[in-house]
Amino acid sequence: MSVKSTAAGGPPAKSRGRTTRAAGAKRRGTEPELVQLLTPEGERVEHGEYSIDLTPDELRGLYRDMVLTRRFDAEAITLQRQGELGLWASLLGQEAAQIGSGRATRPDDYVFPTYREHGVAWTRDVDPLNLLGMFRGVNHGGWDPNENNFHLYTIVIGSQTLHATGYAMGVAKDGADSAVIAYFGDGASSQGDVAEAFTFAAVYNAPVVFFCQNNQWAISEPTEKQSRVPIYQRAAGFGFPGVRVDGNDVLAVLAVTRAALEHARSGQGPMLVEAFTYRMGAHTTTDDPTRYRADEEREQWEGKDPIARLKAYLDKQGLADEAFYAAIDQESDALAKRVRDGVRTMESPDTMAIFENVYADGHALVDEERAQFAEYLASFEDTATAGASGEGH
Amino acid sequence: MTQMAIAKALNESLRKALESDPKVLVMGEDVGKLGGVFRITDGLQKDFGEGRVIDTPLAESGIVGTAIGLALRGYRPVVEIQFDGFVFPAYDQIVTQLAKMHARALGKVKLPVVIRIPYAGGIGAVEHHSESPEALFAHVPGLKVITPSNASDAYWMLQQAIECDDPVIFLEPKRRYWDKGEVDTSALPGSPHQAVVAQQGTDLTLAAYGPMVKVCLEAAAAAANEGRSLEVVDLRSLSPIDFDTLQASVEKTGRLVVVHEAPVFYGSGAEIAARITERCFYHLEAPVLRVGGFHAPYPPARLEEEYLPGLDRVLDAVDRALAF
Repeated sequence: MSVKSTAAGGPPAKSRGRTTRAAGAKRRGTEPELVQLLTPEGERVEHGEYSIDLTPDELRGLYRDMVLTRRFDAEAITLQRQGELGLWASLLGQEAAQIGSGRATRPDDYVFPTYREHGVAWTRDVDPLNLLGMFRGVNHGGWDPNENNFHLYTIVIGSQTLHATGYAMGVAKDGADSAVIAYFGDGASSQGDVAEAFTFAAVYNAPVVFFCQNNQWAISEPTEKQSRVPIYQRAAGFGFPGVRVDGNDVLAVLAVTRAALEHARSGQGPMLVEAFTYRMGAHTTTDDPTRYRADEEREQWEGKDPIARLKAYLDKQGLADEAFYAAIDQESDALAKRVRDGVRTMESPDTMAIFENVYADGHALVDEERAQFAEYLASFEDTATAGASGEGH
Repeated sequence: MTQMAIAKALNESLRKALESDPKVLVMGEDVGKLGGVFRITDGLQKDFGEGRVIDTPLAESGIVGTAIGLALRGYRPVVEIQFDGFVFPAYDQIVTQLAKMHARALGKVKLPVVIRIPYAGGIGAVEHHSESPEALFAHVPGLKVITPSNASDAYWMLQQAIECDDPVIFLEPKRRYWDKGEVDTSALPGSPHQAVVAQQGTDLTLAAYGPMVKVCLEAAAAAANEGRSLEVVDLRSLSPIDFDTLQASVEKTGRLVVVHEAPVFYGSGAEIAARITERCFYHLEAPVLRVGGFHAPYPPARLEEEYLPGLDRVLDAVDRALAF
């Protein structure tokens, strides 16, 4: 494929042939074309621009990633229902978008996630228990971003796209050939920060891939409340290519993201990938989607399930047997147990952690308040001791 | 020892930082060829190149947001916000992201980002060019806020801000840019967070920072003519505030007037009054008084002389404090 030829700028009407297809301006009815390599029925299809050739091991690996991620996600929801987590943002339905794109990254690439990228974290070898700390309320993230080149979860929508762009500007300054990938959603596409990230990335030709998981819903607001054009088409206005990929097709997501990262690495600048997917669950465990969307819509998307689709392909091709599935089931159970046990035994931080790491170089006021609060807390110990010694009034 | 204006001292300071650390970057609107609207970055792009002195798109959130990303990559960005009133598009990135990231990463990443903001009034500008937003930053844990009042501090405190591993809001008193002073570029500076006694006195303490230090020194000179001895403390740092130095001064004089351009209501003077009252309750001969801006938008330029705390308003507060 050649994303070079799609360097956008002109209005879609002037585009022709290859450029038009890659930019996705060609429409089937009202829906624009999306890159697909595996149909919902598990049929392998070819695409003019994007191709992929994976070994049976790699295919089984993607299946395993998606199943384990889904199981981890289900376990987290359960833990929330049991009161072990304060909140959980489920990725159900977005496994292909996350595993496919995450597996496209190299270890030296850098990932800037939102708060729902549990599958991407999995591909970066971030311990799932690390992700649960903030949802249990023991920290606000806390893992070392540089250990796996996976930045902390970002809750304020779209802010991280600018961090990713700045990081990518630094990569380019260093003369490194790494790429950066910024995750965001359809809701975030309305944020000014995302537009500014597009502008900066384009102006400085930063090696960053903007990966939008359009899961159709920003809590209760459908994509129509965010945009009049398909999101990937926004890239054209900023002067870089955009492409829509079937976000429930792990092969297509992997192929497109690999190409986009390569585009960035090879000095051609940013690219926008819109993974067209669906949030099968609620926005978070506090949300009730029955208030704003119809069951039929969800049922329709169930027919496009990313895991069932790959399984259908593996089965048709005879690439996986019962023993394989049984082993994955066993691994899932073990992961779930590890997560359950890990969360339940996760310790609350020490009270004085409130004052830790507010500053790197220290701050007189923090020191003063820490000392005062410690003294205040110690006064209760004195009272307790006094009471125990039997001295009352 | 060299005589230079604050603007030149800042320029020299940036030059030295760019020379001594290849990770230092200067970025902002018009900081390149133009040298910034106040010429603070004059000549830097010519000498250090477009890769290190970066003209950015006109998007303040984007400037600070990408500076955060560059810092995460190991750079030390020095961001210029063109005017005080233009910082608010970046306020979210500063408050929500920059200030908190070190803590939420449990110290595993550092954010050495300096945000330079020409602030405060007195230059006859149009709207949004004369504001004093220091309290809005000092209120945010994770940020440090400092502001020089003279050329020597401008030179050294900017160096220190750039060397600091925390985000620093560096407020430049724009109407003092052309004020000259002695700068010793070889002397070792003290902490940027230490207040200094700019003028010794015995009857009352004036606490000020940035553009108001000069006004207070003039007030002290005028008061001296009437036989009153005023001490002037230049706070230099608003987060943290060096209350020890201020306390020592107030214990000596027994009276305190805090002076700033920002609106008095919820301003830094309120914090200072509360803390000093707590620390010096038995030394105070009068309540801590404040002189500053009103709870009204910064007025049109034709009214700013009346709006801004000047010699007479400071001396009026001094009279009131001494009358207790």
